Amino acid sequence: MTAVEEAPVAEIGRDRRRKEDQRLITGRTRWTDNITLPGMLHVAMVRSPFAHARIVGIDTSEAASSPNVTAVFTGADFGEELGACINAWPITPDQVTPAHSPMPADRVAFAGEIVAVVVARTATAARDAAELVDVDYEELPAALDLKEAATADETGGPIAHPDLGTNKSALWVFDSADAGTGGDVEEAIAKARADGVVIEREFRQQRLIPAFMEPRSVVVDPTGEQLTMWSATQIPHIVRFALAATTGVPESKIRVIAPDVGGGFGGKLQTTPEEWVVWALARRLGKPVKYTETRSESLVAGHHGRDQWQKLTLSAEKDGTVTGLKVELLADLGAYVAVVGGGVPVLGAFMFNAIYKFPAYHFACQTVLTNKTWTDAYRGAGRPEATFGIERMMDELAAELGVDPLEVREKNWIGHEEFPFTTVAGLEYDSGNYEAATALAKEKFGYAELRAEQRRRRESGDPVQLGIGVSTFTEMCGLAPSRVLGSLDYGAGGWEHASVRMLATGTVEVITGASAHGQGHETAFSQIVADRLGVPFEAVEVLHGDTQIAAKGLDTYGSRSLVVGGEALVRASDKVIAKAKLVAAHLLEASVDDIEFSAGRFNVRGTGQGMAIGEIAAAVFAAHDLPDDMEPSLDSDATYDPVNFSYPHGTHLCAMEVDTETGAVRMRKYTCVDDVGTVINPLIVAGQVHGGLVQGIAQALWEEAVYDDAGTLVSGSFVDYLLPTAADTIDFDLGHTVTPSLTNSLGTKGVGEAGTIASTPAVVNAVVDAVRHLGVDDVRMPCTPQRVWQAIQAAAATEGASR
Amino acid sequence: MTRITMTVDGATVSDDVAPRTLLVHYLRETLGKTGTVVGCDTSNCGACTVHLDGQSVKSCNVLAVQADGAEATTIEGLASDGELHPVQRAFHECHALQCGYCTPGMIMQSVDLLAENPDPSEEQIRIGLEGNLCRCTGYQNIVEAVRTAAKEVRS
Ligand code: FES
Ligand code: FES
Repeated sequence: MTAVEEAPVAEIGRDRRRKEDQRLITGRTRWTDNITLPGMLHVAMVRSPFAHARIVGIDTSEAASSPNVTAVFTGADFGEELGACINAWPITPDQVTPAHSPMPADRVAFAGEIVAVVVARTATAARDAAELVDVDYEELPAALDLKEAATADETGGPIAHPDLGTNKSALWVFDSADAGTGGDVEEAIAKARADGVVIEREFRQQRLIPAFMEPRSVVVDPTGEQLTMWSATQIPHIVRFALAATTGVPESKIRVIAPDVGGGFGGKLQTTPEEWVVWALARRLGKPVKYTETRSESLVAGHHGRDQWQKLTLSAEKDGTVTGLKVELLADLGAYVAVVGGGVPVLGAFMFNAIYKFPAYHFACQTVLTNKTWTDAYRGAGRPEATFGIERMMDELAAELGVDPLEVREKNWIGHEEFPFTTVAGLEYDSGNYEAATALAKEKFGYAELRAEQRRRRESGDPVQLGIGVSTFTEMCGLAPSRVLGSLDYGAGGWEHASVRMLATGTVEVITGASAHGQGHETAFSQIVADRLGVPFEAVEVLHGDTQIAAKGLDTYGSRSLVVGGEALVRASDKVIAKAKLVAAHLLEASVDDIEFSAGRFNVRGTGQGMAIGEIAAAVFAAHDLPDDMEPSLDSDATYDPVNFSYPHGTHLCAMEVDTETGAVRMRKYTCVDDVGTVINPLIVAGQVHGGLVQGIAQALWEEAVYDDAGTLVSGSFVDYLLPTAADTIDFDLGHTVTPSLTNSLGTKGVGEAGTIASTPAVVNAVVDAVRHLGVDDVRMPCTPQRVWQAIQAAAATEGASR
Repeated sequence: MTRITMTVDGATVSDDVAPRTLLVHYLRETLGKTGTVVGCDTSNCGACTVHLDGQSVKSCNVLAVQADGAEATTIEGLASDGELHPVQRAFHECHALQCGYCTPGMIMQSVDLLAENPDPSEEQIRIGLEGNLCRCTGYQNIVEAVRTAAKEVRS
């Protein structure tokens, strides 16, 4: 039989409309802030206005005597029961990690930190009373600028946590010569200085804010034997683990639920002070307690992302063959080492070499504490930073050599016949086809035509110049093989869990340990299971995000849900089939070896006899007539630990128009060809790419978290932190090539972060390309009209002076 | 406290509210209309968009007392007789939502946009939705959904 006959309508690959949508488009939603419970109390936080200050005294009397206020607490009112915010990834054994109390009693380390809480019968009463809490601060010198903070030990500058005596948290180093994965980078650079090309650049990854649309919210119900927390989180399982580990409540008495969650992008991959404080309040007061942050609180207190200085040195031969790459990073942790914290830039260590065959590589990252909002994962987490660095450098190399940026890439990338390929960073890329993705992207984009137009505009001296930006990226998805995480001293594993339950009435309940917050797992996972078990898409129900239902799991981040969680689903489904096969053989009075399973039916080979999987489920439920030593259950679990990462890749091409007189930039065209392996649902994949692109483009053009000299976040509202709107963006031109991953059954690679990772350098490369002939070789992000204009002016001044 | 009476999604409601109560809080907390959500505190995001006497408003930017006597429609009252509104259908068809948090506001604003301009260009759609932020979709499919709904409404 052919595959087509076996599976008349394959669900995998089909553009199914989402199951999730019905309730979301009609307002029948379960956001955490929607929850009200009998007797529920509301919380308002009192937050420090100072970046660094000693708490001299807190007068809560006026607040406490306000109408409808139940209680006011400060850090001093709680001891260990408050627990602590954890860092799960100490990147070096000697990492300097400040203690992180959810509500410090003596000293605040960033503006926005919680110093007191008001609990009241209504949210309004709590907020009103919070205004009346009188905190006496003694301001301390604040470590704010990343570079200055990094050298404070030598210069005597401000120290973010004076008791630690240094702002330097950890220095993480990878060297290919030491690791045996490549040569000595200093040698390569010295050789190129003598007889080759050396490109040296310093790039700034500005600070960004994840800015999910649903503000974080948490409800804790302490009534009943188990304490229940609802939280707008990406990681209910990790929150449960951390609550148990730090607050002394047995894990078995904790239930964490992530109901409908309105976006995360890494920003809800955190164990937050707010969750811990509300947990403590509910336990202390014995009543359900709710806290929902305002947007301003979210921007100032939810973790931020990126924030690096990147010093890069690339060596090459005169013909453009790369010989070495040296990466020196400074990464701003903010005031505390967050749950992944310093691990974010370390993830980038494996990606700077990207798709290129560097023979020598050195990576060193110094993480630095400052008195600013803490930083952690934001969409891409380490990989956008790396991709930006290397893709900017490849363009600079091309410019130096006077060749097309695609030509220099092609000269150095891994050829499709060279897979599997072990990189200089020690990863084994299983598959890929950079040639195919690039060829398709060039064609769709109209590369030659746009280059011709660019030439025409240059020649005619058009005030509006055209630039073309390239980004040929790869990323590592599917976090992560537990052994790799162990070797990097991460505090947990990277497996994922799934259960498949065959219900007696013919439907299938699927439970995943991944925790969706917009990704469409209910739809995509239904497609996978429907195909595997041969049951209708509609008959599959996917449950997640509640530790009492999905008892095991490691949640959703790092494009892992499909690659790792999806494989767990496949394996659990296969176990169901294996059990059902025994029952089928028994009931059909055939040998197990003669039973074939296809399209949901167990058939006896060579006969017309067979049974549908649903019939077998009903028979097992009744359990009247089963094989002798068989339990009456088909239900199966699988916990899958990936053997490798997956490596999506793609070629992104961007055309930007730059007005050389005003600095204004306008996106003209954006084409991307992504290879994410097997596509389960093309609609969902396109949606992930669109959203990812806009976040990456926003880093290039608009977004930046800005602090003033006192350490106040001045981009602390949506008036000042510029999220793109529909009017700022364009329609993108998407394409796909499919090179299946070889390390999981479905061949999937992950798509959640691709757009964000690839697009930022494509856009900046395009902006620089538009004005390179004016002497510009970099524009700092975000490329605002002012920055572009200044870069043009500065280049003109230098050219003028050197003339 | 001030007495207000209004129609919300077809039902008459009457309550005593504090004068400073925002319409969105009245809808969510007093009436339990939690389909309408809050995304910001500066009237920038549009997540709270509802219709007041047939016009879209950001309900975080209106006092409940200002809505006294008005007729309000929220996302929960948009479908009629179990039939989804064409804009709701188009959002589903075109995969114009991911987490869905911006969606109620985005749909209410799109309905208003089409009421004013039944045949908008891409440019007009993009400008018409400028006051509504979405962090998930990159807007492309939202624009497509509005176009699709426009076609359906016109035919
Ligand atoms: S909540 Fe009304 S505009 Fe943001
Ligand atoms: S769908 Fe998530 S914010 Fe729009």
